[in-house]
Amino acid sequence: MRFVALPATTTARAALVTVAAVVVALLICSVIFLVYGVSPLAVYSSMLSGTLGARTGLAEVGRRTIPLLLIGSGLALAFRAQFFNIGAEGQLLLGAVFAAGTALFVPLPGPLVAPAMFVMGALGGGMWAGIAAWLRRLNVNEILSTLMLNYVALAVVTYLIAGPWKGKDVRGYIYTDNIPAGGYLSVVPGTQVHWPTLLLGIAVALGLQWLLTRSTFGYALRVVGENPGAARYAGLNAAGVATAVALITGGAAGLAGAGEVAGIHHRLLEAGQISLGYGFTAVIVAWLARGNPALCLVTAPLMGIILAGGDLLKIDLNMPFRVVDVFSGVILLTLIASEVFVRHRVVWGRA
Amino acid sequence: MSLASPPVLQLQGITKRFPGVVANDGVDLSLHAGEVLALLGENGAGKSTLISILYGLYQPDEGRVELAGKAVRIGSPAQARALGIGLVPQHPLLVARHTVAENLALGGGSALFPSRGVAGRIRELSGQYGLEVDPSARVADLSPGEKQRVEIIRALLGGAKVLILDEPTSVLTPQEAQGLFRVMRELRADGRSLIFISHKLDEVLDIADRVTVLRRGKVVGGVPTAGATRESLAELMVGRSVDFTRKRGVGPGSPGVLLAVRDLTATGSRGLPALRGVSFDLARGEVLGVAGIAGNGQSELVEVLAGLHAATGTVMLDGQPLTGGAQARFRTGVAHIPEDRIHSGTVPSMTVAENVALRAYDQPPLARGLARDLGQVDDLARREVEAYGVATPGIHTPSRLLSGGNIQKLILARELAGSPKLILAVHPTYGLDIGATDQVHRVLLERTQAGAGVLLVSEDLDELLSLSDRIAVMVGGSLLGPFPAGEVTRESLGLLMGGAHPHSVPGAEQGVVGGAR
Amino acid sequence: MDNIVVEALVRALAVGTPLLLASLGAIMNERSGVVNLGMEGVMAVGALAAFAVAASAPDANLWLAVLMSMLAGAALCALHALATITLRANQFVSGLALALLGTGAAGLLGKRFEGAPLFNKVPDWTLGGANISPFTVVALLLAVVLAFFLSATRPGLTLRSVGENPAAADVLGVNVGLVRWLAVMGGGALGGLAGAFLSLSYRSAWSDNMAGGLGWIAVALVIFVAWEPLRAVAGALFFGFLYYLQFRLQGHSPIPTEVFSAMPFVLVLVVLALAGRRGQAGSAPAGLGRAYVRGER
Repeated sequence: MRFVALPATTTARAALVTVAAVVVALLICSVIFLVYGVSPLAVYSSMLSGTLGARTGLAEVGRRTIPLLLIGSGLALAFRAQFFNIGAEGQLLLGAVFAAGTALFVPLPGPLVAPAMFVMGALGGGMWAGIAAWLRRLNVNEILSTLMLNYVALAVVTYLIAGPWKGKDVRGYIYTDNIPAGGYLSVVPGTQVHWPTLLLGIAVALGLQWLLTRSTFGYALRVVGENPGAARYAGLNAAGVATAVALITGGAAGLAGAGEVAGIHHRLLEAGQISLGYGFTAVIVAWLARGNPALCLVTAPLMGIILAGGDLLKIDLNMPFRVVDVFSGVILLTLIASEVFVRHRVVWGRA
Repeated sequence: MSLASPPVLQLQGITKRFPGVVANDGVDLSLHAGEVLALLGENGAGKSTLISILYGLYQPDEGRVELAGKAVRIGSPAQARALGIGLVPQHPLLVARHTVAENLALGGGSALFPSRGVAGRIRELSGQYGLEVDPSARVADLSPGEKQRVEIIRALLGGAKVLILDEPTSVLTPQEAQGLFRVMRELRADGRSLIFISHKLDEVLDIADRVTVLRRGKVVGGVPTAGATRESLAELMVGRSVDFTRKRGVGPGSPGVLLAVRDLTATGSRGLPALRGVSFDLARGEVLGVAGIAGNGQSELVEVLAGLHAATGTVMLDGQPLTGGAQARFRTGVAHIPEDRIHSGTVPSMTVAENVALRAYDQPPLARGLARDLGQVDDLARREVEAYGVATPGIHTPSRLLSGGNIQKLILARELAGSPKLILAVHPTYGLDIGATDQVHRVLLERTQAGAGVLLVSEDLDELLSLSDRIAVMVGGSLLGPFPAGEVTRESLGLLMGGAHPHSVPGAEQGVVGGAR
Repeated sequence: MDNIVVEALVRALAVGTPLLLASLGAIMNERSGVVNLGMEGVMAVGALAAFAVAASAPDANLWLAVLMSMLAGAALCALHALATITLRANQFVSGLALALLGTGAAGLLGKRFEGAPLFNKVPDWTLGGANISPFTVVALLLAVVLAFFLSATRPGLTLRSVGENPAAADVLGVNVGLVRWLAVMGGGALGGLAGAFLSLSYRSAWSDNMAGGLGWIAVALVIFVAWEPLRAVAGALFFGFLYYLQFRLQGHSPIPTEVFSAMPFVLVLVVLALAGRRGQAGSAPAGLGRAYVRGER
C-alpha cells in the first residue's frame, strides 16, 4: 500500500474523510461495547434518544456544550500554531479557583461579582498555560508539561476545598461556602444552561475565528504554525506567538472554569465534579473543527452529546462514565489516523 | 586498462523522465575493470539522476543496465550493493551518534557484538588502501573527509566492484582531496572500477582515465583524459552552442557606494567558520555576482545581510549601519529572494494573496491596527499577479499548487513591491524554464536602472556572466574579487571556484586565465 | 535506622517497578523513533488483562495472566503503530488518544472486577529479610537485558539506527516500518507488564484509574534518563522514593497531603526543565517523533 500525494485537497474530501473517521470510530466503540456485554445499538439509541429526543436531554447537551465550546475554540487556535495544549483540564480548574476565590474573598458590589469572576478565571487559566509556554522556551514539550500541570491543578483544588477554603457551614463534605448571590449566572429556566456563558462562548468562538483569519496576529500565528521556515525568513517572533497563544487558549479554558462555578455549582468543589473531562474532550472538538474556532459551534454540541450521553449510559445501562474516555480516545485516534487520506490517495501494490 | 575486455558496467539508452523534464535522455556509458571514469556536467545536467538509477533509487523509464555483459534490474540500494555497486554519496548517510564500527555493522555484522567483528575488517581495509579511520570514533566527531572514508569502507565491505563517488571533493580540502586520490589509485590498481563525479577540471585530469560529459541529460562526449585539456573539457561541458548573450548592457554606473561590507565573520550551523572576514562594496545600480560551489559561505553571507544570521563586522547601507532582524531590514529596503522558495520563501498551504502579504501584512494599507484589510490584500494580490504575469487559477489558490516559476514570480512581486535599495537574490532562476528565467532577469535589471543594487548568488555561471557588472567568488568562506565581468570567463571563474589561487587578482585575464593557458 | 533505610528502599523499589517497566517500554519505542505518550493507557489495559485472567478462577494460571497483560499492552500499541507508522499520524496526539482509550476501555471493561477477590496473587519473595515482588526482580533484569540488547546485539543496533537515521537504515535494506512496528509492540508489552504488577502484586485488586499518573511520569522519566535503560533504574528509584516519602510523611507533618500528591508531577516539570536547559533533548534519538517517508528529508 502506498500513499500518493494529491495535487489539491478539497473541503469536500476533508469532510468526507472526517465523517468516515467518526463512523469507523463508532464501529470500533461498538466492538468494545460488545466485549463489555451491551448491545451497541442499545448504547447508541439510549444516547441519541436521551439527548436529542428529550427537552431535558437537550438541556444537558447544552450545559456541556458551554465549556467544550470555550475550550475547544481556544484549542483550535493553539493547534493552528502547533502549540499542543493538552492541559485545558488543569487550566479550567485554575480558572474555577480564581473565579471562586474572587467571589468568596473579594468584597465587590453585586453586579460586578460575575464579571470579575470571568476576568480572574481567564487570568488563572492563562497563567497556568503560561507556565507551559515558559517551559517550552526551556525545551520542555508542552504536551507533557500541560499534562503534568493537570495533576498539580487537581491537587491545588483538593488542598483549597479541604483546607483553607473549606466552607464554614459544611461538615463531612469538602467544598467551599457558596459564592455571593450576585455571582450567580442566569440560567434557561428549568435547566442548568447558564446562557451568559454560552453567549460568551459563542463570542469567543467567533472572536477567535476573527483573530485567526482577519487579524495581523492571526496571520503571524498561521505562518508560524504552517511554515516555521517562512516565519524565520520574514522575521516573525515565533516564541512570542507561542506565548500569546498559550495565554489565549489557557484563558479560554479559565473562562469555562469560571462559568461552571458561577453558572452551576456556585462554589468550588472537587475537581471531578467541576470538570467531566472537558479538557480532553475539547481536544476532539478542536480537531474535528480542523482548527477553525467558529466550527466549534458545530463540533462542541456534537461532543456535548457524547458527554451527556455518557451520563445517560450511567443511568440507563449502568455503564461507568469512563465510556466517555473510550469515545474520546477512539474518535481522536481515527481522526488523526485519517488525516493522511485527506492529502493522499491510496495506491495498492508496490512502487 | 584492458579496454578490449567486456565492460564491467554498461548503460544503453537510459532515459528517465520527471514531470516536465527529461533528466536522462538516451544515456550510453561504459566502465571497464581497473578504470576511473569521470562523469562531468553542470548542475542539472543529469548526473545525480544517473547515479540514482545505478544505485537502485530510481528505475529508468527506458534503456538497459548490464553488469559484466548480463542485463540486470537494480530495484533498491540493497540490490545494487549485492550486485557489487557501491555509492559514496556527496552527503554521507550515517548515524551521527553511532561509532564508525556500529555504522558499518548495520545491515551486516554478527548477531552479538556486531561492531566488534566489523572493527577488525575496518582496520584491515584501512591498512590495505590507506583509509585512515578509527572504528571506535563517533561519526559526529569526524571531519567530512573521515566520514567519506567511512562510506568508502562501507562500499568495500559490501564487496563493491564498481564504486561511484558523488562529488567527493566538494567537501574536502585540497590536501584531503590528494589523500582521496591516493586511495582511488590503490583501488584502481586492485582492479576495481570507479565513477568519479566532479566539476573540477583539474581533478578530473588528475585522477580519471576517461571522461564522459553530460549536458542537459544527454551524453555530449567521451574522451580519454590523456591529451585532454581543461579548456577542451570545459568546452565540452558548456557546449559551443550555448546562446551566451550578455543581457546586461553597460551598467548605469551611477557613482556612490550603496552597500559597504567590512570584515564579516560568522560561524555556520555546525559551529564551523562560514564567513572569514568578507569585505566588499556594492555600488548603486550595480549587479554584483557571487559565484561558488555550494557550501562555501554564500548562503551565510546572504542570511547575514538579510538579518537571519549573526555575524561580526560592519554592514553599511546607504551610509547607515544595517542592523536588526529580518523584518526591520526589509523595511529599510533589503529585499531577499531566498534560496529555498518552498520552505522559506512562501507558506505553501496559504493562498497566493496571503503569500503576497507576507512582508507587509501588518502595515497600512494591508492592515489598520490589528485588523487586516482583506479587500486591500486581494487588490494588491490581483495587481501583482497581473503585473508579474503569475499564472494561477486565482489569488485564493494555495501557492503549493503553483509551478516553481510562478512561485518565484510571486516572491519577486512581494519582495520588490516596496522599491528596495538592495536586492539579495539567491539562485533566482534555479529550476525555472526559459520564459520565467528571462522575466526574472529582466525584472532584476530594471530595478538597477532605478538605482537598486543586486547581490546575485548563483551556481549558474552563464547567469552570472550575463547579468553581473562585477563577479566575486566565494571559496571556503572567503570572498575573492570582485572582478569586472568583462575580465573573467567561465573557465577562469571555474578555476577560482575550484580553489585555484588567483595569482594577481584584478587583472584576472592576465593572472588566472593566463596562468591556465 | 537500618530498618528505615531498608523499608525506604523496598517501598521505593515497589513503586519504582511499574515506573521502570513502563519507562523501559517507552525507551524501546522511542529508541526506534516513535514517541509513545500513551503508557498510562497501556498500563491500565495490562493491569485489567492480568487481573481478568487471575480472578477468573481460584487456581488461575498466573503465568497466563502475565502473558495476557503483555499481549493486551502490545495490542493497544498496535493501534499506535498503525496510526503513526503506517498512516503517519502525529505521534504525540496519537499517544494522547491511546492514553484516553486505554484508561477508558480498562475502566469500562473492568467495572465487573471492581471489588472482586483475587484468589491468587503473585507471592512476594523474601530477599535478605525484605519482601520483594518477583516483578521488581524481573524489571531490574529487563533493564539490564534491554541495555544489552540495544548496545550489543545486531537487532538492537538496527533498532537504534532506525530511530536515529531511518533514511540511512532504509538505504541499507532495513525495513524501517517493520522495525518500528516491532519496537512499538514490544514496548507495549513491557507497559502491559507494568500494569500486571499493579493488579497482581502491588495492589492485588482491580480499581479504576489504577495507574494514577504513573504512566505519564514514566514517559517523562525517559527524557530525564536520556533514553538509557540502566539510568532508568536510578530514575525509577528516585521517583519511587518520592512516593515513599509521600506515604511516610502524610499525616505526620504539617505539610498538607496535597503537596505530596502534586510533588511527583511538579518534580517531573523541574526535571524536564533541567534536562531541557542542559540540552538533554540533544540525546533524543535524532529521528524521534517523525514518520519516515522515503525520499523526504
